[in-house]
Amino acid sequence: MAILVDEQTRVLVQGITGYQGEFHTRQMLAFGTKVVAGTSPGKGGSTVHGVPVFDTVEEAVKETGATASCIFVPARGAKDAALEAIASGLDPVVIITEHIPVHDAIEIVAYARQKGVHVVGPNGPGLASAGRCKIGIMPNHLFQQGKVGVVSRSGTLTYEIVAALTRAGLGETTAVGLGGDPVVGMTFVEVLELFESDPETQAVVLIGEIGGSAEEEAAEYIARRFTKPVVAYIAGRTAPPGKRMGHAGAVISGTEGTAQSKIEALRAAGVAVADLPSDVPGLLQEILGSSGNS
Amino acid sequence: MKVHEFQAKELLQAHGVPVPRGRVARSPEEAEVIARELGVPVAVKAQIHAGGRGKAGGIRLAASPDEAQEAAAQILGRVLVTHQTGPEGRLVRSVLVEEALRPTRELYLAVVIENALGMPVLMASDAGGVDIEEVARATPEKIVKAPVDPYLGFQPFQARALGRRLGLTGRTLTEFAGIAYSLYRLLREEDAELAEINPLALTNGRLVAIDAKLILDDNAAYRHPDRPADQEMTELERMAKEHDLSYVELDGDIAIIGNGAGLVMSTLDMVAHFGGRPANFLDVGGGASTEAMKQALAIATRKPGVRALFVNIFGGITRCDDIARGIVENRPSVPMVVRLTGTNEEEGRAILEAQGIRAFTDPVEAAREAVQLCAGRVQEVRHGHPR
Repeated sequence: MAILVDEQTRVLVQGITGYQGEFHTRQMLAFGTKVVAGTSPGKGGSTVHGVPVFDTVEEAVKETGATASCIFVPARGAKDAALEAIASGLDPVVIITEHIPVHDAIEIVAYARQKGVHVVGPNGPGLASAGRCKIGIMPNHLFQQGKVGVVSRSGTLTYEIVAALTRAGLGETTAVGLGGDPVVGMTFVEVLELFESDPETQAVVLIGEIGGSAEEEAAEYIARRFTKPVVAYIAGRTAPPGKRMGHAGAVISGTEGTAQSKIEALRAAGVAVADLPSDVPGLLQEILGSSGNS
Repeated sequence: MKVHEFQAKELLQAHGVPVPRGRVARSPEEAEVIARELGVPVAVKAQIHAGGRGKAGGIRLAASPDEAQEAAAQILGRVLVTHQTGPEGRLVRSVLVEEALRPTRELYLAVVIENALGMPVLMASDAGGVDIEEVARATPEKIVKAPVDPYLGFQPFQARALGRRLGLTGRTLTEFAGIAYSLYRLLREEDAELAEINPLALTNGRLVAIDAKLILDDNAAYRHPDRPADQEMTELERMAKEHDLSYVELDGDIAIIGNGAGLVMSTLDMVAHFGGRPANFLDVGGGASTEAMKQALAIATRKPGVRALFVNIFGGITRCDDIARGIVENRPSVPMVVRLTGTNEEEGRAILEAQGIRAFTDPVEAAREAVQLCAGRVQEVRHGHPR
């Protein structure tokens, strides 16, 4: 098992004929992902790396039985693409596109909620179940099937920590990048709920950053419901208030959203918080070792 | 992007929200003329992107046009330090001169995007005119809220209900509801992340927006070609924006370049962890080209007082060889530490090594080295042997 995506997942790539769509379709195929279709309005009938291209999601689903979507469509067309995927019942819908206006993201997330569809992103690296299926842009070679679930608001920092887990021999079940925008689809809590009921996942790494209150909400959920060990890392301890650190979501306003508040909330919930990303595997090994590796 | 108070008020007025009569002035003489036109008394208000101006001396009342000129002379060209500016403060380039009103009651009204809900929320309080974050901390029960379902849209009953919870009655209640509707429309139509009126003041029986704050969504700029430019970016921040790099100036002496916002933030934290002081945040973004990397190097090392540079790259879409080419084609004059791993790592290393640059694999070792290198430079300078 793993969460959200596995060997059964049949992926549709929206924006498959673009530079990123084409490149990452090849990468996903190399990972072992079943990429069964692509869309690109006006280019139906062609193929990309042997994958048939359709004009609409409706046709692609009907012809290929696609179950999930990966969106590379540029920001101006991304809302339309996401709503089209949700309307066709694809699940999960993974949005890689960055710079989507926040009011567009609000509409996407509201529609997904109404239809009961999991949206991952926007502005994230996607997700990958090690050895089974990758949807998105995480580098293929980092992954090793194992026992740790990863959930993160960052892209490259996720790669850093996944690589460290692999090096330490712990390996991963599924790694999910939630996206760096203020309004995104899935939250830490929703992903943690899935990890809780996944028998293969023995522990979870939570990678947060300054801004918003998603980490505090995760801490509250962990204290109340989550039974597996969690190790966290929070980026942005030294960020000044009021400045946006790259991600639109990463801005400290007033006293809300500081790394300190997140670290305290997580520690109070029994989470081990690493000072450096490279400390994460060691902390996990300590915890898993002491709990008899169960 | 934040806009100035006078720009926020122009947009409020365009959406039907009453604001005090006033105009922006860039010289004391201009302020005098405006005060004469408006009639006194007037308020002369520093236009900077930060709250807390009143306490810092950035807002003055003037009882005559001469006094308005004098007040403007004192505020213009000054660096204003408030609790929101940081110690470096903000240079005042313009003042808003507007009629001074005497409110009998001050409310707070805002539409904000609540990230956790993923929808806009209408927020109001009868504790207006003070820092709302302080109200939220000390007396959260004084803030009333109503989320707006993105599919249903804003409904007038929601604003009336909020108004009643603040104890509003009669014409004030219906005016309040109308203003709340206008503010929500402004948020949607102007693609704003925040639209705030504080205080929304009751003056001579009418509600007027005495101060306002707007944050516009940069990602939606393409839908609003008439938007004003951000006037408070530093020159380096502007250069970075032109090249789609994400740059924030900080006050240390180790320049930082990395790919991905989270990785760069964590790089700053690592440098601080080992006792160093980052000079900036610079994210070259996903899939950065050789050209983008060359620009990033130019921007990061241009800030005065930079003693060392730390480049931390984890290649994914970004290719290590592209980054390495950028480094050798625009090799910085300050001592440099490079950490390079991920996609095309071998090719990248070979390019650097041909130029005698050794790249680290481990980010912690590299961060420690960068801090030591910078400390060494400080020593050298102290002993009179720069470089």
